[in-house]
Amino acid sequence: MAYFRYFRIALSSILAWITIAQADEVHVAVGANFASPMKLIAAEFEKETGHKIVLSYGTVGKFYAQIKNGAPFEVLVSSDQETPDKLVADGLALETTRRTYAIGRLVLWSAKPGFVDPNGEVLKKGEFRHLAIANPKLAVYGAAAQETLKRMGLWETLAPRIVQAENITQAHQFVASGNAELGFVALSQVIDRDGRINTGSHWLVPADLYPRLRQDVIVLARGRHNPAAAALVDYLVGSKARAIIKSYGYGLE
Amino acid sequence: MLSASDYAAIWLTLKLAGVTTIILLLIGTPLAWWLARTRSRWKGLIGAVVALPLVLPPTVIGFYLLVLMGPEGSIGQFTQWAGLGLLPFTFGGLVVASVIYSLPFVVQPIQNAFETLGDQPLEAAATLGARPLDTFFTVALPLARPGVLTATVLGFAHTVGEFGVVLMIGGNIPDKTRVVSVQLYDHVEALEYVEAHWLAGGLVLFSFLVLAALYTLNPGQSSRR
Repeated sequence: MAYFRYFRIALSSILAWITIAQADEVHVAVGANFASPMKLIAAEFEKETGHKIVLSYGTVGKFYAQIKNGAPFEVLVSSDQETPDKLVADGLALETTRRTYAIGRLVLWSAKPGFVDPNGEVLKKGEFRHLAIANPKLAVYGAAAQETLKRMGLWETLAPRIVQAENITQAHQFVASGNAELGFVALSQVIDRDGRINTGSHWLVPADLYPRLRQDVIVLARGRHNPAAAALVDYLVGSKARAIIKSYGYGLE
Repeated sequence: MLSASDYAAIWLTLKLAGVTTIILLLIGTPLAWWLARTRSRWKGLIGAVVALPLVLPPTVIGFYLLVLMGPEGSIGQFTQWAGLGLLPFTFGGLVVASVIYSLPFVVQPIQNAFETLGDQPLEAAATLGARPLDTFFTVALPLARPGVLTATVLGFAHTVGEFGVVLMIGGNIPDKTRVVSVQLYDHVEALEYVEAHWLAGGLVLFSFLVLAALYTLNPGQSSRR
């Protein structure tokens, strides 16, 4: 009998420990373009609150399919607004928890110094073989690049020279490896920690040439009762996180 | 149902898999013969190089091929020197990448078939006065037919199903590098599940029929010995 009592004490303390550990932990799905700043923000958040963050990176299209099929994510740090829209409509995310934490900025970039002029005239001259963009159907930066080219009246003429990457990371690889002479990438990919673009040449695409790239964070249905999930969303729009986000070249609301 | 761009992707895929398989049989058969017959101490080394594409994740192979074939890479500098331009984002580039990626799937079955022949039929042919090249085409190759068939099927099927490499090297250009697997992936990522189901269903059915036909017609190595 004594053994049994010890066993019960041991079991209940293990259970208590597990419950505490679970309450502290939050599973976060992060859009791939925001991976680097999110790592820094998560480290600060853990230090300040004692909560533990588990980060997974990927494209939001994949996350959507996974969340719909029961993936254990509690917060989605999305790289768009459409995916949170869909998740809310499906009853898988909580609309009231939604915040815009960053605004993406598009840049036309080449690994070659002097190739892209500061006004983007290089697009009109057309002296290149390949222009890389992210897939407009799948990636918000790709859609923004397409819209920019359309508003400049160049989409039709340049279409045969456009190479599409699966996502903005691959678009950057196409350009960085020199296989595409230039391409539309995210400012956050080419900006250095001093706030400048120190490699190649670039044109910061004016904001009136493409729709605003609002990136939203939202608590998912699975994180409804996890205080750490709500705390993370608050933290992402707080002053400390904003400073980090800004230093990576994102705009803020 | 399937759209025009789906059909374009299907046609392109069949063309890519066909060209790749033919090139692989032309390169892979002599290579397999050498690997099966040689006593060279390089055998293990070359065999390992042939098997290497099995190890790395396809997107990673694609990434390194992209760098190697790029303007700074050694292959890229060679192709530019030879007047061929750069290979990434072209159909030719996809063929080169697919040949590298599917190489073990063609070489290994043929090599196994040659190894199971043993020396006897070849020695008998030599005794009857056949020259080595004759022996290869009239004795060794016909006897190794099941292995060659398996290699053809695997090489073709593997190229049809290839994704990571073509995504990286191809640049998703309609009619040039947008193959079925990439088109299918686009549908899935864009949450166009109906279109995805049609294409995926078609791909699975087609592959099943081809594989079933070949495995039914192909009696296998054991009954041939």
